[in-house]
Amino acid sequence: MPPPVTSVNVRAVTLNIDGRDLSAREDETIIEVCRENKIPIPSLCYLEGLSIWGACRLCLVEIAGQGRLFAACSTRVADGMQIQTNTERLRRYRRTIVELLFAERNHVCSVCVSNGHCELQYLAQTCGVDHVRVPYRQVSYPVDSTHEMFRLDHDRCILCTRCVRVCDEIEGAHTWDVMGRGSDCRVITDMAQPWGESETCTSCGKCVQVCPTGALVKQGTSVGEMVKDQHFLPILARRRHLT
Amino acid sequence: MSLQHAKPPLPSDDKRWKLVNATMRRNGYAGHALIETLHSVQDAFGFLDEGSLRFVAASLDLPLSKVYGVATFYHLFTLKPKGRHACVVCTGTACYIKGAGALVERLRERYDIQPGETTADGRLSLLTARCVGACGLAPAVVVDGNVLGKLDAPSLVEQLEELS
Amino acid sequence: MNLDDLEDLAAQYRAASADVRQEVRVCLAASCQSSGAQPVFDALVAELGEQRPDCKVKGVGCMGLCSAGPLVSVAAPQSGLEESTLYRDVAPEDAGEIIASLDGAPVARLHCPTDQPFFTRQHKIVLENAGIIDPDSFRGYVAQGGYAALVRALSEMTPADVLREVTESGLRGRGGGGYPTGLKWSTVAKMPGERKYVICNADEGDPGAFMDRAILESDPHRVLEGMAIAAYAIGASKAYVYVRAEYPLAVERFQTAIRKAKRSGFLGNKIADTQFSLEVEIRLGAGAFVCGEETALMASIEGLRGQPRPRPPYPAESGLWGCPTLINNVETFANIVPIIREGGDWFATIGTERSKGTKVFALAGTITNTGLIEVPMGTALRDIIEVIGGGIPGGKAFKAVQTGGPSGGCIPAAHLDIAVDYDSLKTLGTMMGSGGMIVMDETSSMVDVARYFMEFCMTESCGKCIPCRTGTQQMHAILDRLAKGQGSRADLALLEELCEVVQATSLCGLGQTAPNPVLSTMRYFRDEYEAKLGADRQVSLTDSQ
Repeated sequence: MPPPVTSVNVRAVTLNIDGRDLSAREDETIIEVCRENKIPIPSLCYLEGLSIWGACRLCLVEIAGQGRLFAACSTRVADGMQIQTNTERLRRYRRTIVELLFAERNHVCSVCVSNGHCELQYLAQTCGVDHVRVPYRQVSYPVDSTHEMFRLDHDRCILCTRCVRVCDEIEGAHTWDVMGRGSDCRVITDMAQPWGESETCTSCGKCVQVCPTGALVKQGTSVGEMVKDQHFLPILARRRHLT
Repeated sequence: MSLQHAKPPLPSDDKRWKLVNATMRRNGYAGHALIETLHSVQDAFGFLDEGSLRFVAASLDLPLSKVYGVATFYHLFTLKPKGRHACVVCTGTACYIKGAGALVERLRERYDIQPGETTADGRLSLLTARCVGACGLAPAVVVDGNVLGKLDAPSLVEQLEELS
Repeated sequence: MNLDDLEDLAAQYRAASADVRQEVRVCLAASCQSSGAQPVFDALVAELGEQRPDCKVKGVGCMGLCSAGPLVSVAAPQSGLEESTLYRDVAPEDAGEIIASLDGAPVARLHCPTDQPFFTRQHKIVLENAGIIDPDSFRGYVAQGGYAALVRALSEMTPADVLREVTESGLRGRGGGGYPTGLKWSTVAKMPGERKYVICNADEGDPGAFMDRAILESDPHRVLEGMAIAAYAIGASKAYVYVRAEYPLAVERFQTAIRKAKRSGFLGNKIADTQFSLEVEIRLGAGAFVCGEETALMASIEGLRGQPRPRPPYPAESGLWGCPTLINNVETFANIVPIIREGGDWFATIGTERSKGTKVFALAGTITNTGLIEVPMGTALRDIIEVIGGGIPGGKAFKAVQTGGPSGGCIPAAHLDIAVDYDSLKTLGTMMGSGGMIVMDETSSMVDVARYFMEFCMTESCGKCIPCRTGTQQMHAILDRLAKGQGSRADLALLEELCEVVQATSLCGLGQTAPNPVLSTMRYFRDEYEAKLGADRQVSLTDSQ
């Protein structure tokens, strides 16, 4: 996301991504440069307009001369950087991470209202996940339909926290947060009470639009009908920066 | 210029709320004092109930979900009242090597509770800890604040039975 | 205040207790307290009464041999543990006998020789005052030469001089990573910005490690003084100590130390009549191992869920509330005072080529001498375990020693002769960690040990990043199957694959190192994994060869 006011001190740098020489501003992150140049990098928690979370680890890239991998969303470019975004090793890791997600909760695409419009599903396809090697955990999670307009299905939640961030950073309500720790983590509204009873929710629906899966959806949608609209986000984010 | 937010009234005239308030005041009612404040609530009341979390959130001007998220992240905080007695079995590595697992197993059988739970009569809470630092006394158990060292399962159960 | 003034003050404090000929020192650190040291202390005080103004009963910090506690030593003031008469397993009933023996022969029944290797093979720098001074006594610390390093730094050295000494010393972070301390300090010092912070990481979470607790309980002023020197060097005026809430005694003693140092003008505004000011505040953890990770720790100080964030930016650049922040652990700060006092070049003569100074280790598990030791870097692991630690009790055979906690690995008997330092441990697939050493004998199952540590990492995972949150869970499930004899060869392969992915892709150190106990036990004890494979599926490697 380009900040509106560009400081005169920001310089341009050149770097190489997947063999292509590119130029960028030094305050840009790798993922921004990749998106600009149509270099596909998978990601789930990153969303233009929201703060960086760095948790899905799908956007990891290799940087020449560095022993470890770097998340493209949280790493700034530097002059002369040599980046690989799609090596055999990265593809293998991404595939395993997506498999781990599918095994964690009960993602059943065939009965999901987001079927066909789901970022997780799309990632599974592009990462070549045709089966899941780790055992499914088969833990049952509740569905919260208490809100008159929206529904929350924890089974489909991947804890990317886009809902938490958009609610706090753009809407300013901070209705959402995450409770618990480790695999007990769960997104909650207010005091982990039913969404419909939330005292702070403004029913703006931004959380639903930014949710990459079918975890947050509109009531009354049927399988495959839930198409999300995230166009508002960069616009609102820029406005927030201007004020 | 910041908008002054109104401090909520104390939930009741229980004197312990004054202690909680003092902690918040000492930290200038800043949001970063949340964990300190939750410690102070738990020290005073033994656990964090919904009312106290709401009071803390309102006093520090923090979103409810954020307070709830923090309270459930840290394992030392408990949202349920504890039993009259607490038995903490250390499951640090040294204690594990020396048989802490068997102690927990025996207590689970005897009292039909999982670690973190309290018996139905509210008499005993079974807890586990990540190293109480009494590695020289492994396996160590802390019963109502007293460290008991080098225990086997029968003598531990015996000691717990003697509690009122 | 200059050094002469401080020396006058120290002399004055020493003079005040000049007529004390003998001190009866009772260890009142957590480990001895949990075996009943407080009643022993009370009994000794009552027994001594007012009769003997030339004798004094004093509560002190850790003497090291925790398994023999409660420990009591009798010594002339100023003398160390080795020159004292040490008593072990002391009960309150023994008080009369000990007090009666002050003028005569030691009580043979309780005597614990201090000429045994456990004491003589140690080299105490960090723990030089532990077990000797009263941790609650500001005067005691000053009488022992305390705060001279701070006053010297403030009055005779520039921040750059301090940075140079620390860099020259070759000190590396004692929290586990082994990052050069001088480099870390210099980086923070170079960062622009008015507000900077110093944080002391006392969230010692590795199960089986209790070095930092012992330091805080035995010599809190030393840590405070080290932090103050650091704050002066990098230009900070606010410092936090993040302590586990599970260490109430350490918190209490550190709190006392802060209060007394402040009252005497070694903290607060215009320290030692210079322009340097420093406020130190304690922040309590609340039971989250991940808060030992520096970005998670800072989140916790800010009152948030203790979840790490991606690095860069590193804390040196953007740390607490976005300001440049220096984070070191307790033992690192405890090394600063001797470095400033004796010089960085002196410190650099101790230890190995790339790991300088000493290291405090906590020995636990099936070993004769459980407790705390301090040895020079480069001491052979065999010496630590067999000579200092006294070997395995009960005639059992040594199997492995686990170092580095849940991030480390197991070292088998074949590698006992390595010289312990940061780099040698790394080549064995483990790490220094904070210094816990858990010794295991032949009866321990290594698959069980791997499962134990994975369970630890699984429950301590913060849940933020996917590989750590779900990967540790899947690995634990596989290890559980294996430990129960229900695993298959495919499970083993999947386990190895998951280890690689979790290690390479996790967000923070917890996830990145969580596979280490599995990888190291698989590397050295593969046969145990093979033997655990389900009976019907077992095709052992030796059969096929």
